[in-house]
Order: sequence, then C-alpha cells, then structure tokens
Amino acid sequence: MLTPDDWGAVWLTLKLATLVTFLLLLLGTPVAWWLARTQSRLKNIVGALVALPLVLPPTVLGFYLLLTMGPNGPIGHLTQALGIGLLPFTFPGLVIGSVFYSMPFVVQPLQNAFEAIGTRPLEVAATLRASPLDTFFSVVLPLAKPGFITAATLGFAHTIGEFGVVLMIGGNIPNETRVVSVQIYGHVEAIEYAQAHWLAGGMLAISFFALLMLYTFNPPRKNP
Amino acid sequence: MSQPIAIHARFSVQRDNFDLQAQLALPGRGVTALFGHSGSGKTTLLRAIAGLDRHPDSYMKINGELWQDEAAGVFVPPHRRALGYVFQEASLFPHLSVQGNLDFARKRARADGSELGMLQTLTLLGINHLLDRRTTTLSGGERQRVAIARALLARPALLLMDEPLASLDSKRKEEVLPYLERVHQELDIPVLYVSHSMEEVARLADHMVLIEAGRVLASGPAAEILARLDLSTALGDDAGTLVDGVVEGFDEEYGLVRLRAAGGTIHIARGALRSPLSCGATLRLRILARDVSLALTPQTDGSILNHLQATVTTERTVNEGAHVIVRLDAGGTPLLARITRRSRDQLGLTSGKVVWAQIKAAALASPP
Repeated sequence: MLTPDDWGAVWLTLKLATLVTFLLLLLGTPVAWWLARTQSRLKNIVGALVALPLVLPPTVLGFYLLLTMGPNGPIGHLTQALGIGLLPFTFPGLVIGSVFYSMPFVVQPLQNAFEAIGTRPLEVAATLRASPLDTFFSVVLPLAKPGFITAATLGFAHTIGEFGVVLMIGGNIPNETRVVSVQIYGHVEAIEYAQAHWLAGGMLAISFFALLMLYTFNPPRKNP
Repeated sequence: MSQPIAIHARFSVQRDNFDLQAQLALPGRGVTALFGHSGSGKTTLLRAIAGLDRHPDSYMKINGELWQDEAAGVFVPPHRRALGYVFQEASLFPHLSVQGNLDFARKRARADGSELGMLQTLTLLGINHLLDRRTTTLSGGERQRVAIARALLARPALLLMDEPLASLDSKRKEEVLPYLERVHQELDIPVLYVSHSMEEVARLADHMVLIEAGRVLASGPAAEILARLDLSTALGDDAGTLVDGVVEGFDEEYGLVRLRAAGGTIHIARGALRSPLSCGATLRLRILARDVSLALTPQTDGSILNHLQATVTTERTVNEGAHVIVRLDAGGTPLLARITRRSRDQLGLTSGKVVWAQIKAAALASPP
C-alpha cells in the first residue's frame, strides 16, 4: 500500500491542483471572455500564446519559467525585491508554473462556451436594464455553466498529470514539490514497481472517472 | 389624430453597401410603424434608437431626456435607457423558466414608469398559465407573448418591437396579433413597431414612417400616409387606404356585416372579423387600390357588393405607364383605385369627375 511519502505526494498533488484550478478559473475567465468578444488584432496573438502549452514540450516551458523566476530573471528580481525570495523549487513556484501549463485547458472551453452564447442574450439583458456586470453573473455564468464544468475538470486533471514542468522548476522536495507523477518516477527509478502501481493505477482510475463524469453529465446545452 | 412630438432622433449609418440617413419626429403615444422592405434599414434604425449599436453623428431624445448626442459626446448605454425591446426571435433566457424570465425584467424595472402590474401584464398577454413552464416547451406564439410581457415588465418609456411576428407562421401570427392589439389599447407609452407586413401596420399603427433604402420617405398618421398618391409607387401592391366604419347591422342570412363609412355603406364578410362585434362598434378597414375599380354608373348586374359614390381628386401613373392610381374622395373618405391607363382614358376620368367606386372586398377588419 501507500507509504507516508506517497500520501504526502497525493495530498500535495491535490492541494496543487485545487489551488491551480481555482486560480485558473479566476484568471482564465476574463481572458476567455476577452478572446470571445474582442475584435482586436491582438486576439490571435493572445490566443496563440495561451495555446502554446498545448504544443510545447513541458521542459521548454519549465526551462523558461526557471530562467524568468531565477535569480537573474525579471520575476526573480521582483520576488527578491519584495522579500519573497526565489520561486523555483518552492510550492508557490510550482503553482505559477502549473497555471501557465494548464491555462489553455481552461481558457479554450470557456471561450467556446462564451462564443456559443452569442450577443443576443447580452442585448436582451441590456434592454432589460441589466448592467454588463449584472449580465455576466445573471446570464453569462448560468448559460456557460457546462463550459465552466469542463474547464474546471480539464484544468484539474491536467494539473494532476503534469510532470515535465514540475521537474524543471519544482524538483523533488517532499511535501513541497514532490507531486504524484514525480513520486511515481522515483519509484520506477528505484525499481519499486509495486509502489509505482498503486499510485499510477490510482491516477489512471481518477483521471478516467473524471472524464467519464464530464462526458456523461455535462452535455453541451442547446440554445433555443 | 395628431399627437405632440415626444421623440426627436437623427441617425447616420455608413456601412460598406449601406447608407442610412434618417431624421425622426415621433408622437409620444400610440403605435408608430417603421415600414419598409427588407434591407431598407428599419432594424438598423430600431437598434440605433435602443443604443444597441452606436453610430457617429447621431442624436436621440425622448420626453426631454437625452439618450444620444454625439456632437456633445452623450451616449446613454442601453441598460440605462427606459426602453423595452422585443426581438424578432423571442430570445427568452433558456436557463430561466417563464416566471424567471419575467422576474428578470421585474427586478430591474424602473421605479417610476407605466404602472402595468404583473397580473395585469400576464392577463393582457394571456400567459398566466405558462409561468412554471420551461421556455423550450413553449410554442413560437407563446414565446413571443412572454417576450412582450417581459419587455413591458421593465416599465419602459418606449417600447421597441422588431418584427415580432416575422418568425411565426401565419397561424401563430393570427394568435399573437389580437394580443398586440390589446397591448396597443392598454399602453400609454409610444411603441415603435418595425414591420414589412402591411397587414400588421394597418391593424396596429396610428402613425407611420415609410423607409426606403435608408431614407425616410414619409412620416405621419398612418391613414394619411397610406392614402398619399406620391407614395403609392413605394408601397406597390400594398397601396390602399384605411377607412373607419361603424357597425350598422348584420345580414344573418348571408353572413355579412354592414358598416357605415363616411362615403356610404360597406359590406364585409362576418368571418373576416377577429372578434364578435356589436352594433355601434367601430371597425378599421383597409381597402387596397388594386381591389377598387371604377364605373360611371352604379353597376347592379355585377358581383361586386360595395359601391361608393366618389369624386376624382388626383391621379398618378405607375407601372411604367400601364396603370394609374386614382385618388378619390368618397364623402370625406379617401380611396385609392388602381386601374389601367386605357380605362382611365375610356372613362374620361379627370379631376372633379363623379364616379362609382366598386370595392371588391374590404381587405381587413380590426378594432382601431
């Protein structure tokens, strides 16, 4: 069964994924809304930047995050000046890396959901004296609910499954940056296949179950 | 009926293949139809009035309240304007029930404004029994009635309707029209009603703005505009006049209603009436120019039932010279008759000549 170290990795992973999902919904919503509504020429550039983690090797992303957050990088300078110290090989550093890494999995479903709503419900709300903010909470959020569920599930699952970025900027510090995927890697390196099986099998089951739930209970809404 | 002007507006819209320049001065009560063919700019105009689209060099003022004056940099966003808007498709919120949709409007309604209450509104539109339904289970007509109720519950100072019947089939249209007529009678605020259907205009409009290719051709009381000879070309087959008549009696045997109009008696089929009427009730008839023929003597051996004596006032040649539209005065009632130019010459019709107007059918009946 699982050792205390394994459990530590599990809890760390869940903590990381929960926090990252929360931050992603908070940050991804305005980005997705802007992408869905804007006619700015910057749209394609921002869209491509957000989508980059889909195609880049996680090591590339991790490498540049390591440099920018490192002692000579701009973020590193900033965090040092603020007295926070350096972010690489810390839990907050891992959170930041994960937010970038999982961003497209949250932004794209949200953007699709917002685009599917169209402008009509927004116009109707405006003619019924709802302010834009009011409209967002009373019309857009409920209509985009399936998009939010998809975004949260994918963001969470994808963060649980990251490995390359963690290795680059997080390393392998117990209870700080050693998440399940790294723990599995460690077990395999040490030829502890039985231990690896418990964690790997658990990840497989959880990921499959999350996606199954998503596809079963969250069919896209049809607008009449 | 002339009403004091309450709405002053000027809009200027330039798009790739479209140019709209419109100046409007509209009354503060009753239904004003924005009438024109598709692509004439009616909806563009309505959206501009609502502030859903913002155009440069535009101006909009209602009841002394300035909504837009680009010259002074004033633009009140739609959600701060006291308006109601009914879209062509009902556009109910799919995540809310009928009740939820109505409450959405009620919660955000103006504190002041028309005092039409919830129950009154529900009754007016006949939707009391639909409150608990999901919007997806409603018929097209029901949906549009809920949308109208929703717009009214926002307590607008101006109700804008963009072809609310256009997406319905003719049966559903007939189902919704009586409700619109009732709204028209109950409502104290101006209504701008976009339509390309002359039937709807004739049944609902007091006032009319005729729009063609982004320009206002004419604006005024509907009966006057419709009877104007110079606009008959723009109206085409829809050219005709509105005639008010009082129900005088019924011909039970033949199923006819006898109406007294200013120029004489007109019979219409009782089945054409939407609601049962008693003697003394007023009906508005629409008589199309193409349904009126002229004779020098009263014809007693023809099938046409309605003959009114009338005097030729003016005429206008249409259809590349083949037809003339003759304007007649039948004892104070304006009539238009579309006849061939050849007939005109054979009958020797000139201004002042007395003729018999034969009305094939009174095309429409509705309470004015």
